[in-house]
Amino acid sequence: MAEPAPLICRDIHKTFDKHEVLKGISLETQKGDVVSLIGSSGSGKSTFLRCINLLETPTSGNIIVHGDPIRFTENRKGHRIPADNKQVEQIRARLSMVFQGFNLWSHMTVLENIIEAPVHVLKVPKKEAIERAEAYLHKVGIYERKDYYPAQMSGGQQQRAAIARALAMEPEVMLFDEPTSALDPELVGEVLKVMQSLAEEGRTMIVVTHEMAFARDVSSQVLFLHQGVIEEQGTPEKVFDHPDSERMKQFLAPKF
Amino acid sequence: MFDLKGYGPELAEGALVTVELAFFSLALAIVLGLLGASAKLSGNRFLAGFASTYTTLVRGVPDLVMMLLFYYGGQVGVNMLSDYLWEAYDIDFFFQFDPFISGIVTIGLIFGAYMTETFRGAFLAVETGQIEAARAYGFTRWHTFRRVMIPQMLRHALPGIGNNWQVLLKTTALVSIIGLTDMVRVAEEAAKAERMPFHFFIPVAAVYLILTAASELFIKWLDKRAHAGVVQGN
Repeated sequence: MAEPAPLICRDIHKTFDKHEVLKGISLETQKGDVVSLIGSSGSGKSTFLRCINLLETPTSGNIIVHGDPIRFTENRKGHRIPADNKQVEQIRARLSMVFQGFNLWSHMTVLENIIEAPVHVLKVPKKEAIERAEAYLHKVGIYERKDYYPAQMSGGQQQRAAIARALAMEPEVMLFDEPTSALDPELVGEVLKVMQSLAEEGRTMIVVTHEMAFARDVSSQVLFLHQGVIEEQGTPEKVFDHPDSERMKQFLAPKF
Repeated sequence: MFDLKGYGPELAEGALVTVELAFFSLALAIVLGLLGASAKLSGNRFLAGFASTYTTLVRGVPDLVMMLLFYYGGQVGVNMLSDYLWEAYDIDFFFQFDPFISGIVTIGLIFGAYMTETFRGAFLAVETGQIEAARAYGFTRWHTFRRVMIPQMLRHALPGIGNNWQVLLKTTALVSIIGLTDMVRVAEEAAKAERMPFHFFIPVAAVYLILTAASELFIKWLDKRAHAGVVQGN
């Protein structure tokens, strides 16, 4: 039997109060896919990413992680909620997230940040978790900073540490939520370089980004979101060079 | 050597009572404070309302009144319950409301209310991104609370805990009113008998001062540890 797809999202809707932010987003990934989600602020791309690991609960639609559909139920007020918190925790452990604001735990050193979830969530023996963490720190190039606290490092180093933390989960899919948007321009490159090397290794990644060069050069699939719907979807060549949608053409047009 | 007219051992025992009372009350206050803050932040209207009533009541009533109420009222309440159980169900239930226990309960309840506010503010000061990262990595709620929220909350709560502790330590002097033989009570008796108020109250004041000064150093040390990973001065 063929390996199930790492992640399938079907017809995801999300409504905040009365405002519908996502109006039916679907996405299917193959192992090794790098999907870039692009679009202007407020297009719903970050909300969609946060629905995938249930930091937001989708109002309707299905999410299937490696063949395992997330089960939902309704609370007393009739709001949709995940049916099984254990399942949610297990699924989150397989979809590690890299945040715009890094969100490294500030009271832990870099190494402690990286081993925390493998040891306590995945129950990896501590010694093994440390070896794994050190290997990933080498990979992202900040091994010598392993005993630093996050606040003692630059933004680029913090984000690379956060990527090592995500890698240490050996996840099915890595979710990146605008990973370079909070960085000083001169630090963006070092983070993108690490991400590109991950893509080349065949890791499945979903990346919300404003870095068009990254989306064009690294991704296998690009989704352009506008006001909660997918306006344009396909290979980077298709989306960037031959877009059908007027919105996409405007989005790509030089701004000044 | 300072002559305590033979009251030395009694005063030392009284000082020990003061310290014990303070520690047990602090432990109770911290537990109540964590529960109260969790209730207020739970988003459950019933729990939040209950915690609000608790803090409003406790903070609005003088400590001394509350202590008298608990000590005398507590015993009357136990008696009433005991009579009722005996008449209605033939159950023999009675216990003496010990001044030490009622001291701990009263002081714990009072400072539990102040701790509730301290902890509530401190929990709110934890950045949401820190908690979101824990959720995103599959932590259970309890694990998030224990490994992320508590250590980060403590940074914000320690100064408040330190203040509450110092006030609490001094509030223990009130238990001498309800007949507990703490250091103040011994000094009062000795001062009356010997007609030497300065002679007995100044050493007592000095002991409180030493205790509060030592706590201040200890809290500074704790605060430094809790701020591991925080870059100062930016």
